[in-house]
Amino acid sequence: MRGRLFDEERRQFLQVSFIAGVGLVVGCSFHKAEASLDAPASPVEKASKPLAPNAWIRISGSGEVTVVVNHSELGQGIFTALAMIAAEELEADWSKVRTEMASMDPVYANPAFGVQATGGSTSVRTCWVALKKAGAATRELLVAAAASTWGVSVRECRAESGKVVHGPSGRSLLYGQLVEKAASMPVPHDVPLKKHRDFKVIGKKMRRLDTELKTQGRAVFGMDVRLKGLLTAVVVHPPVFGARLKSLDHSKAMSMPGVRHVVPISTGVAVVADRFWQAKKAVETLRIEWDQGNKANLGSENIRARWVELAKQRGDRVRDQGDVDIALKKAAKVVEAVYELPFQAHGCPEPMNCTAFVRGDGCDVWVPTQNQGGSHEIAAAITGLDLDRVRVHTTFSGGGFGRRGDVDFVAEAVEVSKAVKVPVKVVWTREEDIRNDHFRPASYHVLRAGLDATGKPVALHYLFVGPSWMDGMIETLAPAIMPRWFPRFLKNAAAHGAVPIAKYFKSAEAASEGASTMAYAMEHIRVEYIKDDPGVPTGAWRSVAHSGHAFVVESFVDEIAMASGNDPFQLRMDLLRNAPKRRKVLKIAAEKSGWEKKPPDGIHRGIAVHDFHDTPAAMVTEVSVDKAGQVRVHRVVCAVDCGTVINPKNVEAQISGAIAFGLTATLKGSITIGKGRAEQSNFDDFPLLRMDEMPKVEVHIVESEAAPTGIGEVGVPPIAPAVANAVFAATGKRIRKLPITSRDLAKG
Amino acid sequence: MVELKVNKKTYRLDVDPETPLLWVLREELGLNGTKYSCGIGECGACVVHVDGAATRSCVTAVSEVKGKEITTIEGLAGLIGEALSEAWIDGDVPQCGYCQSGQIMTAAELLASNPRPSDSDIDAAMSGVLCRCGTYNEIRRAVHRAAGRSRP
Ligand code: FES
Ligand code: FES
Repeated sequence: MRGRLFDEERRQFLQVSFIAGVGLVVGCSFHKAEASLDAPASPVEKASKPLAPNAWIRISGSGEVTVVVNHSELGQGIFTALAMIAAEELEADWSKVRTEMASMDPVYANPAFGVQATGGSTSVRTCWVALKKAGAATRELLVAAAASTWGVSVRECRAESGKVVHGPSGRSLLYGQLVEKAASMPVPHDVPLKKHRDFKVIGKKMRRLDTELKTQGRAVFGMDVRLKGLLTAVVVHPPVFGARLKSLDHSKAMSMPGVRHVVPISTGVAVVADRFWQAKKAVETLRIEWDQGNKANLGSENIRARWVELAKQRGDRVRDQGDVDIALKKAAKVVEAVYELPFQAHGCPEPMNCTAFVRGDGCDVWVPTQNQGGSHEIAAAITGLDLDRVRVHTTFSGGGFGRRGDVDFVAEAVEVSKAVKVPVKVVWTREEDIRNDHFRPASYHVLRAGLDATGKPVALHYLFVGPSWMDGMIETLAPAIMPRWFPRFLKNAAAHGAVPIAKYFKSAEAASEGASTMAYAMEHIRVEYIKDDPGVPTGAWRSVAHSGHAFVVESFVDEIAMASGNDPFQLRMDLLRNAPKRRKVLKIAAEKSGWEKKPPDGIHRGIAVHDFHDTPAAMVTEVSVDKAGQVRVHRVVCAVDCGTVINPKNVEAQISGAIAFGLTATLKGSITIGKGRAEQSNFDDFPLLRMDEMPKVEVHIVESEAAPTGIGEVGVPPIAPAVANAVFAATGKRIRKLPITSRDLAKG
Repeated sequence: MVELKVNKKTYRLDVDPETPLLWVLREELGLNGTKYSCGIGECGACVVHVDGAATRSCVTAVSEVKGKEITTIEGLAGLIGEALSEAWIDGDVPQCGYCQSGQIMTAAELLASNPRPSDSDIDAAMSGVLCRCGTYNEIRRAVHRAAGRSRP
């Protein structure tokens, strides 16, 4: 067993060891990965542990290759994509490649966030270089081992499909036969990486590694965790945002079959029973009095009224170029509009849940999460245990969409298990899940554009009001992103001290992403944000602030096109003269959809383009609206540029899935607030898109050799405006509020 | 005591007869392939077969299915079961996977009664099974593919 370092100056560590019964183990740390999203940096920690915990690649004596993945599989296909990247350089036999979810370890931190977490479509872009390097170095070790076995030069040997071949003699050795020797070879330096044109796995339509498990019902989600002596807890949360428990009478519940404990926790009351149904029945018998707090009168109407007033004020200038006020005064024509977006729930198919087992000397957490780092920290904080006494085990997630980046349900499981001292699975009912979601923020937008005498837009004033999704995240993540060597008592204090500062710097920026990042060339642009948090919990929702801003910006650009008598595609092409990647996808989407040609009778087209974290996507929709005002989306043509494509099949699946997700928010439901609570609670009043409402989807991927960006979220932002613009083409009615309702469009 | 026949095995269980079949399958029998998502019959994640009929197990009390043949995703077999499983795998249908047992069980009932369903037959039979990941087009394709393979 041995370990070595390489690439010192870039602080990339590679460790190689042979472990009996396991095989060749290659680990490396890559805190300085190329891609970062300007997130809080974490101190580089040394991957000094000699053994398997921080491995990236393992090869067993039978040649099975395990790629350890530090990102959660939420459905976005990351297990397969990351394995493909490593397998490419490793020249692995794909039929022998499998994926394993990484344990919680600082070495697996996501450089975009500073903690181990999955979000922001960062997984591929942050792992791309490191996994290629790990794969390549492992391949070179195996080649060196074979050459040394044969007593020939490495130059005469090549790796292919899970074996090393000696060119001149045609002899070959399987990787499995070489693992022990490979571990004793000198660790290679500066291994050359493969050229794009030599890729055999990357860019191919590979089948997902988790498909079989998921088809046979064998994938283990958080809900499926089974442990000896496991109890199930159903939690009742306060009915009103911010309310607190005042008094609790649980005498009836305690006498119900199977009920073991009733535990008040910081976020409500947990009923702990042998079985879910027993706990759920017992919950109904609790007599709880809540201290309602000051949100009991909160409602969508009064929130809106407040925002209408606030929007008359000035906000934080998130982007300011030229002189918008003067330009608007001088403009030959001014186009004005107000847009509104509602709160949205995640509706993860698997409701929030977490299993915890707290003992005197340690704590284990099993959870479908996007935030291992935050889960780890919160469990340590609640139990008072040292971090290295807490283990986080990540299960498959039945959807995530950002909701699982929060750790409120993890805290609940840890609190309950700590109180009852046995393993407990906290299961939220669907009703608890929707009512206690951390919603995509609602927002209110006021826009004014100035057109010159030729009809060209020269100035844009974009002001919006609403909460920032980032605030909740900052609170959750603050302790987790403090340096790990900080003493705990200082850490929590420092983290809390840092929260307002972080919010000051980050929350406006995060809330305006998608508006502030617009690329339309106008001389005068001002984006202003007025933060107002009415007290409805908010969080990250697939594509975060982009989902709302793309609807507003792309609908408004359509309005400008109509006001100036321009074709909406042509106007966008003109205004995107400084954004070649966006122009390109826009052009492809227009061409492939036949934008120039007249659509079939009764069908109307809409177009939109948007960039999410360096991945631009353009969509053309084909829509019909019947007499009753019912909107049907028949076809969506999407062009997308995500750099090097890892798995085209998965790119198609992600775009298609994002379209379904975005259409749900465009055509189906929303969350409204009344009496200080969400008025919806299940799929009957928060409906999701159904099969018979799913359009045909065509995805055109730009060929590219650039480093990969992300794909999991970019399909959401453009779909709403592309549909709304088509609805305008069909009816002449401009949609300035989502979801679109048939009532707004019915004729007569 | 409730007597249950699941996947061709008979169990005698001491459970409250009001308990939904879903939770008995998952917690008493450890058959975790059947999922809880809404609990009110709205989403289809919990679909199993009861005497061959696709049934939402979250709203079916265990007392209602006494003596009936229950089949879950774990027990789905035969020509149709195999064809569906193959078509699902070939088509790489699942994303998160959470809804897929319900989708497959619903599709199995459809193919049993209609071996050559059209797009609109599939829509009619399957639109009540929700997929938040939006795999509907892949599901529809896979059902067609399975239909081609499942006829003797
Ligand atoms: S869980 Fe049974 S229909 Fe949704
Ligand atoms: S695959 Fe995720 S809900 Fe259908």
